Amino acid sequence: MEPASRLDHNHELAIKDLPYIVRWRDDRCKRCGRCTAVCPMLSIEPAVIVRRSVHSEGTSPEPKSSRLVETIVKQTTNIERYCIGCATCTLVCPNEAIEPEYNPQHKFNFHKNKGGHPYRRGGRRNDPLPSTLDRLRFTRISMLTDPALDAGRHEFRIRTYLGRILPAEELPVKLVSGKLEADKISGMFIPPVREIYPVMIGSMSIGALSPTMWEGLAMGITYLNEVEGMPVVMCSGEGGMPQRLLKSRFIKYFIPQIASGYFGWDEIVRVIPHMVEDPCAIEIKYGQGAKPGDGGLLMAHKVLKLISEIRGVPMGVDLPSPPTHQTKYSIEESVAKMIQSMSMAWGFRVPVYPKISGTRTAKAVLNNLVRNQYAAALSIDGEDGGTGAAYNVSMDTMGHPIASNIRECYLDLVKYGKQNELPLIAAGGIGKKGNLAANAAALFMLGASAVSIGKYIMQAAAACHGDEMNRCNVCNLGKCPRGITTQDPKLYRRLDPDVVAERVVEVYKSLDVELKKIFAPMGRSTELPIGMSDGISTDDHAIAERLQISYVC
Amino acid sequence: MCRLAAITSSEYFSPIENINALETMKEGHDGSGMGLILKNLGGEFEELRDYPILSGICSKDGMKTLDDYMNKLGFKLKYTWTPKTRTVKGVMGRDHYFARVYDYPDVYKHSSLEEKEDLLLRTRLALRKFGEGDESIIVFSFYPDILTLKEVGDPLELSEFFGLDKSPLKARIIFAQGRQNTNYAINMYACHPFFIQGYGSMTNGENTAFVPIREFLMSRNFPGYIGYNSDSEVFCHILHYTCKQLGYPLTYYKDVITPLKQTEIDKRTDSEAARLLKIALRPLCIDGPNCVIAFTPDGTCIMVQDAKKLRPGIVGGVKGKYGLMSEECGLDSVVPQRDKSGDIFPMKYDMVIVKPDAQEVMVWNQLHG
Repeated sequence: MEPASRLDHNHELAIKDLPYIVRWRDDRCKRCGRCTAVCPMLSIEPAVIVRRSVHSEGTSPEPKSSRLVETIVKQTTNIERYCIGCATCTLVCPNEAIEPEYNPQHKFNFHKNKGGHPYRRGGRRNDPLPSTLDRLRFTRISMLTDPALDAGRHEFRIRTYLGRILPAEELPVKLVSGKLEADKISGMFIPPVREIYPVMIGSMSIGALSPTMWEGLAMGITYLNEVEGMPVVMCSGEGGMPQRLLKSRFIKYFIPQIASGYFGWDEIVRVIPHMVEDPCAIEIKYGQGAKPGDGGLLMAHKVLKLISEIRGVPMGVDLPSPPTHQTKYSIEESVAKMIQSMSMAWGFRVPVYPKISGTRTAKAVLNNLVRNQYAAALSIDGEDGGTGAAYNVSMDTMGHPIASNIRECYLDLVKYGKQNELPLIAAGGIGKKGNLAANAAALFMLGASAVSIGKYIMQAAAACHGDEMNRCNVCNLGKCPRGITTQDPKLYRRLDPDVVAERVVEVYKSLDVELKKIFAPMGRSTELPIGMSDGISTDDHAIAERLQISYVC
Repeated sequence: MCRLAAITSSEYFSPIENINALETMKEGHDGSGMGLILKNLGGEFEELRDYPILSGICSKDGMKTLDDYMNKLGFKLKYTWTPKTRTVKGVMGRDHYFARVYDYPDVYKHSSLEEKEDLLLRTRLALRKFGEGDESIIVFSFYPDILTLKEVGDPLELSEFFGLDKSPLKARIIFAQGRQNTNYAINMYACHPFFIQGYGSMTNGENTAFVPIREFLMSRNFPGYIGYNSDSEVFCHILHYTCKQLGYPLTYYKDVITPLKQTEIDKRTDSEAARLLKIALRPLCIDGPNCVIAFTPDGTCIMVQDAKKLRPGIVGGVKGKYGLMSEECGLDSVVPQRDKSGDIFPMKYDMVIVKPDAQEVMVWNQLHG
């Protein structure tokens, strides 16, 4: 029997099945067409309809009907062109005639797998609830027992160390005429240690990010260092860096990342003899919080001229990074070797540290790194970390929250007295609700030496639309309406790198004030309050117990 | 905030001098307790200088446990000092206050100082553990030429209670603290001054960096770094760790607790070493407000301040007798005849060092190293 669906559209989705419904107002629209032209997903389109109009002109009712041909803005129900809620249409509309509205009843996840391809996207875990970090409060306020510091007047040193720190018992120092002197004759290896600002910009590659976005971040970082005296550093992400930057003195503010695809490293290795400064550090990526166990993927349409040059690959091909390093046989052997090789490449003058995704096995990695004198830190990226491209199932269900992961690693280090020797870098969901300073400070007090941010800086510095209601999140498609995660010049020229740089500087300067506002009443100003767990509390018993902090209500 | 009164002298003097000094500073403490440490003891202890003195408080049962344990280890009791206590309103007396001088077990007769120190420490910790549940044994120190006395109450009333005004008990260095109990329940182990293996200290002010410091010390794998019933006990242990465990000269204590900025370190002649230890000992940085008064095994006394909030502190006196006090009025009561223009109020970079036998005072400036 022939199905009737051809007649009643039964196999099509209804607008109510989609995550965002476009509210278009006929009475306000002047049909300029800007919204349909700008829509990155082509979710809305101009359409022509025939409308029946009934009107009466005489003194007594004499209804007459006529048929009018009208143009309207129509939302498609094609799931491949679903409205992502980015609201770029609203942004360009001169008459406030159009706006997407979130539809809490949507059934998007039931349908977004056409052709047997699971849903892939960018962004971070779609969980709009407050994270554990947002449930922590700073409760040990010193007032009469300790005159509070003045965040505006006193000197604060908001700095941390990146690099392996020798225990005091093993320092190569000797006593000469009543003073300590560095003992150079001992020939003992002193690992390189950098003094940096404790909130780093995490790994986002040129490729994942547009040239304008990356340039804006890089300029912002450089300004913070050179003009503001704030040693903020930034990780390159996988895929190398422009040769011009590698050969410049500004490379000291950057952390080149090596990941499983080794993209860009042919070029970096060739440049090493021509470098005038050492990079801040080298990050070896073994895992990413947003997609544990998954490699990177830069899709072909993002691999344009600049990217192909930096990465040393042909244009227009998919660039998948394997889920794991092909040389990796075991943590004892290959991680140690890789850290050592990277250290050796810069004459052991540059700290080298691995980054892993948040996991219950983090302590095992930590225990191994503690025994490796060349391991400079451990960066742990929690489940709320962002990404440019991943399977939705990985992003939403895989990984480990950062709070308890960092806490148990720190307490493990304390157990062995190594809490100051191997810095822990926490990442993943910091500033998810906009509380950057509070989240960072809470992580320091749980035991992190530094934190990394990614998604937050995209949202704050370039107004990234993405959120945890799955708004936008098309970083993987190269269609970023803000021009942040695209290689399409038509899109990325919307983004002014100078504005991005300015925002980066503003964000860090205000972050610095907010951190002082947290540390001052708690009586800390000279060193970062790493592990000062008596300073924080939560109103959740289970969280308090797990993190070994106090419960308040 | 507590009030501190330390006196170092080339002549023996009575602890009542310290207590009188505390009395002049009474507005700064609430009489919730007093601690005394006497070093370089005179009187009946003068001849017993080489023998360890166990100072503490016991119940009747505790005394039996203590005796049994000390006998078992082979310590031989040589001399017992007990204060002649009187009934004083407001002071709840306990069964036995004592300072007992022991001879080492025979097997330790020819042991090195380190081995003896280790034995004394382990013995004190074991006794402390025996009495921890029911407070039947409280031990403050077990070390040669060191006597410790602590109790809850007003310092002047306590001196009457212990009969210190009539006692021949004398020493050449005496530290006294009048307690202001703001942070913790009254616990005898929370009372300053603190002592470990020749190093003693007392402090006023809250230690905001207490938890990371405590965790760092407790993870040094040294059995004596325990307790921490007061956030100020760490100051004593940091001094011990810096000078005894790491072997650094005394002035580096200041570098450890209040590290300089890198730009300041760069100007010092020992900048490389100072940078290394600043990084390595980052968790021991204090953030004040604290004034620390301490002594070392050779009888040197020091006063240092935190780097920012600075508690009251003054050092002054005459050759042969110096006071390190919280307030000038305390110093006036101890050394009234001094030239006040020579009084020293240490600031953020200073370490005031009074040499043994109170022969000389110097101010070491951290910026110059």
